[in-house]
Amino acid sequence: MTAGANGQAAVLDVANLETTFTTPEGEVKAVSGVNFAVQAGEAVGIVGESGSGKSQIFMSIMGLLASNGRAQGSVKFHGQEILGLPVAELNKIRGARMSMIFQDPMTSLNPYLTVSRQLTEVLVTHKGMSETEARRTAIDMLDRVQIPEAAQRFDMYPHEFSGGMRQRVMIAMALLCQPELLIADEPTTALDVTVQAQILELISELRRQSNMALTLITHDMGVIAGLCDRVLVMYAGRVVEAAPVGPLFKDPQHPYTAGLLRSMPRLDEVMHERLTTIAGQPPNLQRLPAGCAFRNRCDRQIEVCARELPALRPIAPERSKACHLPAL
Amino acid sequence: MPPAGVVGSAPLLSVADLKVQFRIGGGFLSRRPPAILKAVDGVNFDLRPGETLGLVGESGCGKSTLGRAVLRLLPNATGRVVWLGQDLGKLSHEAMRLKRQEMQIIFQDPLASLNPRMPVGEIIAEPLKTFQPNLSAADVKTRVQEMMRKVGLLPNQINRYPHEFSGGQCQRIGIARAMINNPKLIVCDEPVSALDVSIQAQIVNLLMDLQRDTGMALIFISHNLSVVRHISHRIMVLYLGRVAELADRDELYRNPRHPYTQALISAVPIPDPEVERSRQRVVLKGDLPSPLKPPSGCTFRTRCPKATPVCASEVPPLETIARGHEVACHHWNEP
Amino acid sequence: MADVTVQDLSQVAIEEVAGRSLWADARHRFLKNKAAVTSLAILAVITITCFAAPYLGLRPQDDVNYDMMPAAPPDFAAGYYFGSDDNGRDLFVRTLFGGQVSLTVATVATLVSLFIGVVWGAMSGFIGGRIDGGMMRLVDILYSIPFIFFVILLTVVFGRYIVLIYFAIGSVSWLDMARIVRGQTLGLKRKEFIEAAHANGISTWAIVWRHIIPNCLGPVVVYVTLTIPNVILTESFISFLGMGVQEPESSWGTLVSEGAKVIETAPWMLLPGIVLAVTLLCLNFIGDGLRDALDPKDR
Repeated sequence: MTAGANGQAAVLDVANLETTFTTPEGEVKAVSGVNFAVQAGEAVGIVGESGSGKSQIFMSIMGLLASNGRAQGSVKFHGQEILGLPVAELNKIRGARMSMIFQDPMTSLNPYLTVSRQLTEVLVTHKGMSETEARRTAIDMLDRVQIPEAAQRFDMYPHEFSGGMRQRVMIAMALLCQPELLIADEPTTALDVTVQAQILELISELRRQSNMALTLITHDMGVIAGLCDRVLVMYAGRVVEAAPVGPLFKDPQHPYTAGLLRSMPRLDEVMHERLTTIAGQPPNLQRLPAGCAFRNRCDRQIEVCARELPALRPIAPERSKACHLPAL
Repeated sequence: MPPAGVVGSAPLLSVADLKVQFRIGGGFLSRRPPAILKAVDGVNFDLRPGETLGLVGESGCGKSTLGRAVLRLLPNATGRVVWLGQDLGKLSHEAMRLKRQEMQIIFQDPLASLNPRMPVGEIIAEPLKTFQPNLSAADVKTRVQEMMRKVGLLPNQINRYPHEFSGGQCQRIGIARAMINNPKLIVCDEPVSALDVSIQAQIVNLLMDLQRDTGMALIFISHNLSVVRHISHRIMVLYLGRVAELADRDELYRNPRHPYTQALISAVPIPDPEVERSRQRVVLKGDLPSPLKPPSGCTFRTRCPKATPVCASEVPPLETIARGHEVACHHWNEP
Repeated sequence: MADVTVQDLSQVAIEEVAGRSLWADARHRFLKNKAAVTSLAILAVITITCFAAPYLGLRPQDDVNYDMMPAAPPDFAAGYYFGSDDNGRDLFVRTLFGGQVSLTVATVATLVSLFIGVVWGAMSGFIGGRIDGGMMRLVDILYSIPFIFFVILLTVVFGRYIVLIYFAIGSVSWLDMARIVRGQTLGLKRKEFIEAAHANGISTWAIVWRHIIPNCLGPVVVYVTLTIPNVILTESFISFLGMGVQEPESSWGTLVSEGAKVIETAPWMLLPGIVLAVTLLCLNFIGDGLRDALDPKDR
């Protein structure tokens, strides 16, 4: 799963990633044994709810874990191992070749620094540009992300921009050094739906222009459907299903994926009286049941589910699932 | 479709020309005059018993403010709110307090709406004890546990504290508290937005079941059109404090006439890759204007693909274009 | 397993699960803090010893022993554990009785600041508007009265009675508390559970009593343990200046004042000062422990 279509090494190759947090109540495994790869130009969607670990994977990869967290396993960026890399080395990659954008643009932009400072800082640090050149490049980028009157607004503070605009500034900041991989963690969850449409279209367009790889983390299946080539579904820190986007939606093979898709009311469909639900509560990572973590909410639980943790196994080319059931 | 047996019954709630304005800035020593923020700018609607009115719109549209104004939770609201034939504006503070048994609210953040230092049983019992102080402790407990069962909580959890429950369970507690006095109306302010998707469906089903059992009306405020469509009988679309469109649910989704409604519906991602990638999208230009300085005439004109000069000079009136369907747009009739 | 249904629930008679309140969490965290628990123990020992002094069979504090004059060093054999002061009185006994006075002052001031300060601050903050303005202006006015001047005035008018000290300190100790609680209330007012209470038709007073005050108590408790040292020191200062406690009564303040005069020749005279310092240190550790225990960051 590491070589792309033309034999090149994957942009990102994650193997056996495990992230553990030490809390006063004990150890919590936020991510358990995750494997996946992202090829150049590909858009991979990671979908899951609270406790799924979807954000923590990328916090581990980017070296942004909280102080009580530890990541183990292997993360290779273009063949180079980056997990456990010293900060100075990691800084050459993150922000420059691999960037991340976050959910809440207000808290991810420094409210005390002007937008110009925050953008030029990236260019000066990573590309060694002069101030003037950095300013010019940054304003260009703001234009590309469709911020009106970019030159005039360049020296404003983040709070003077609207939510949608701030998110565009974040995207601009992430793209300044033309990264090969963009990690987007719930980039539009906090935005209005009409603004979300604009931002998603922007990300789509920018990808087309630069063949950048994208990992999109979200809980919104509609967003995944529109933007991603492949999808990973996560539950309680594990990947439970991986498939190309079409087959995943048409023919989900894991009960959780099927349940998620069924419980979302769709705007274009005829309505049923009641929404189909997934029974029970989201997983408590400190008290996972033995065997499959999803079994207590699964309506097709069989005897082996309580005994054995299902491993992620391939079921078709490009498709795998972690479930004991033969087929849905 | 309106609930059976309800057509023709007198409205539970009648709202006329409701306005909520906030003054921003302009203190004692300020040089600038205070700016007026028109959060809600002249909204009219009726609500019948057993009906669900969905309020949709994006940030700054005033839907949450409107919900609270209807319940008289905001001191600076003007306009008429008539509840069961009585003008709420004319009631004394104490009389209004007594009316609160009949109209309740549930909130967006389930955990924040519960007092962290009170056990769940007391939280649910509080409204009951406030209005029926003569009930014995045993009676109160019975009713609380019965309510807990009805909303899907185990009655033996009655002594636990809010932080020991998940988000979805906290929302059930909030619903139990709102329902303990058998209200006739519940305003639901984004009740599922903060919940996981798989839990949202549970709560939506719960609300619909409770509505069916008790015949109460709901005002369901949300920015999630798919959920609103599922639960509502009628839907009102708001933009910067004004009504853009109001119609029966099916009519709104089949035949949206306001460009903003069309854009909203078009913007919602559909969880189906083939459909989603082949859709023709209406993507709006630009950003929401500042509510402190709304554009003249039709406030939507700065982002509207159909805007013409008349939109800048005249505020479009809310016209009834079909039975139960109202639109505020000069160009509603154009494709 | 489908959603729990009414049938499932009605068949099962389950006993009620005890909840784990936030106070229980905090208590648990506090008990894990060794410094705080040790300090609590030491403070308990000091307090109990001071108030049990009359029953310990010790000699009275104004008992003058000419053999021990002028100040004599500690003599365990004769039972003078801290030695004696310039007037031949047992310093240990005087320390204990002095402790009674100082600790009583602290308690009175704390109770006053809790009962008056908390309610004042919470009502003021919650009601807001002009009433809030008025109530806080009163606080400001009382704040601006120079404290020593106030005490001198009381002493001149009423004479030197220990009760005056309680009154004086009590009447200013609630001011800070009112401000703190008002600040907390302003923050709490905006929270959704307060809005919910309002929407439920709960009366203003009930909201303040049941919802606002319990949620303010965290900072209040911490503040109390940190102001007790201040109060004891203030009383010491007043007594040091010559108002407040009269001879032959003592307080830790007067004892320190006497000791300071003869520190070079009779260093044991500072032993009461050390007891005072230990008490204050304990209170500080307890305050720190409480602050850590009640810190909501973990949630």
